[in-house]
Amino acid sequence: MENSVLVRDLVKRFGTFTAVDHVSFETQPGEVFGFLGPNGSGKSTTIRILCGLLHPTSGRAEVAGLDVVRSSEQIRRQIGYMSQKFSLYNDLTVIENLRFYGGLYNVVGGELDERIRWALAMAGLSGREHSLTGTLSGGWKQRLALGCAVLHRPRIIFLDEPTSGVDPVSRRRFWELIQELSAEGVTVFVTTHYMDEAEYCNRLALIFRGRLVALGTPTELKLNSVKGEILMIEASPLGQALEVVKTADGVRDAAVFGNALHVVVANADAAMTAVRTALDSRGIQIKRMGRIRPSLEDAFVALTSDGATRTAPSRADARTKSSCH
Amino acid sequence: MSLNRLSAITRKEIIQIRRDPRSLLIVFLMPAMLMALMGYGISLDQKNVPVCVFDREGSQQSQDLLKHFQASIYFNVVMVNDDYASLVRAIDRGKCSLGLVIPNDFSEQLRNGGEVDVQGIVDATDDNTANLIFGYGEAVVAGYSNDVQLQYLSSNGFATMNAPVSVQSRTWFNEDLDSSNFIVPGVVVLVMAVIGTFLTSLTVAREWERGTMEQLVSTPVTPLEVTIGKLIPYFALGFIDTIFCEAIAVFWFQVPFRGAFVMMFLASALFLAVVLLLGYWISAATKSQLAASQFSLVLTFLPAFLLSGFAFPIDQMPIAVQAITYLTPARYYLTLVKAIFLKGTGVAPLMPQMFALTLFATIVGRMALRSFRKVLE
Repeated sequence: MENSVLVRDLVKRFGTFTAVDHVSFETQPGEVFGFLGPNGSGKSTTIRILCGLLHPTSGRAEVAGLDVVRSSEQIRRQIGYMSQKFSLYNDLTVIENLRFYGGLYNVVGGELDERIRWALAMAGLSGREHSLTGTLSGGWKQRLALGCAVLHRPRIIFLDEPTSGVDPVSRRRFWELIQELSAEGVTVFVTTHYMDEAEYCNRLALIFRGRLVALGTPTELKLNSVKGEILMIEASPLGQALEVVKTADGVRDAAVFGNALHVVVANADAAMTAVRTALDSRGIQIKRMGRIRPSLEDAFVALTSDGATRTAPSRADARTKSSCH
Repeated sequence: MSLNRLSAITRKEIIQIRRDPRSLLIVFLMPAMLMALMGYGISLDQKNVPVCVFDREGSQQSQDLLKHFQASIYFNVVMVNDDYASLVRAIDRGKCSLGLVIPNDFSEQLRNGGEVDVQGIVDATDDNTANLIFGYGEAVVAGYSNDVQLQYLSSNGFATMNAPVSVQSRTWFNEDLDSSNFIVPGVVVLVMAVIGTFLTSLTVAREWERGTMEQLVSTPVTPLEVTIGKLIPYFALGFIDTIFCEAIAVFWFQVPFRGAFVMMFLASALFLAVVLLLGYWISAATKSQLAASQFSLVLTFLPAFLLSGFAFPIDQMPIAVQAITYLTPARYYLTLVKAIFLKGTGVAPLMPQMFALTLFATIVGRMALRSFRKVLE
């Protein structure tokens, strides 16, 4: 497929540390594919492998139908990449950076002028062409980096945490740009650890400790990964409430979300009574309690806590088996 | 190779150099400082060596001998002592480097036709200097002996008799035996080696440290394009430096320039290619500006100083060390520079050196290209 990504059983180890652990997925052409996970979960490593910047330890990865190890140079011509750390030249002006990357991607003449005009308008930098890049604020830098990465009209772009350290307004603006690119048929592969941003993606891969724990649309993930219903409880003191709620009848899991508890239960009505009784008996004040629709964060917590408890015994099993032989 | 990508890299590098005052300091101030420091600081000449004399006789003849010393450009009689102890004190205090003791029967022995011993005491703290002083001193005494013999012969009727065999020596290429003629071209080589490597040693490491390399290697640019594109501006700067240093040598230190400019350009271009590539290689391999600048100094300055034949003659080194000098590019460039400056040698005799430098440029270039990898590990 011309503008999609295929990953099969991808493994990347750094010494004894496994950064990417048997990950498989594929993207659809023109979709915004999100890679969601906490820092250090293997998102950047995966994206770097796909861009040919790291070699996989084992497994297979194809970008635009090309193998990432054998055809990395051909892939580089067809993709745009924005690394996690801002990596344009701070001592070059805005236009100098754009011209530089235009030259590297062989965009020349009238085409380059047109693309630069487009990129300046897109980044909101028209009129600031001659400012030193180092003097720009975070949001402008990110948009300029995006502009440099898509000057050559790539069919696939890889964005590694593009909005980290950027103010909320700029983040929103950036996601609008991503949607625009996607509407033009560009496949966007984006990593993030912001749950709210993940909602903008067509499909999401949840990655945790190098493993892919779930894959689907944000709605699918929310509905399928949380087994049961979710109660939101505002109580004080919150820490004590958490301990008490965890032991109440019908409660499967509980976690703190902001200033409230999210509690996974089998049956919301039954559990509410049980929780209220338990909290009252300990003198904990309930401010608000009610059923809510699961968020991505709920899904993520459900998936990763399951994953963590499930992986440990399965690894132990494997070891016992191998020692028996 | 794509010219678009190549020129993009070169243009970017030029902009960065222009905006970085440090690199301009390295290009223009460092060579001038090094030339001044080493051109004046290093001299192998011994002229006007201070001499103390304890003349025990005080005769016509002994004064004659002293006049010979005084007349020589190498010596300067600064003190006449009345006893041995004060002569020793003068040497101890560093007032003089050579102490002469003339025996009290100097003229008498001369008259009798016997051999006369004059004692010379040399401050040999620096053995090299001591050897030079001894050599000059013996030459002065020999000249005096010659005069005495001629006088003796002429007074005995052999008026026009000359010494049967004499050496008529002529010094070529450095007629005045002025060691700055020999040293300053060597300093040019040293400065070029250090500056050349230092210039490029930061260029790749800086991109790794600032994180710009990750974006750069994600583009279709090839290692060859990056290498050549980055080296072009530094090559131009290096060439300006070469001309600058050679101009200082010719117009300030008055070193004669007898060779062809074309030859000098060619040799300098080859040597520059070697040192710039070496710096680039170090930079790409270490990925750290600090490590790269340290490495480049150690790998260029020390060999260029110690092993090129600049400070010590290569044919007097132990065989093993001599073998190592063949791996020092500065050795070949030094030979070329001296030959072109002082001898005006043509192309043909210098082909081996030119070839050696070409070989070095090729090998180091290969290593530099290989160490620049488009992956992050």
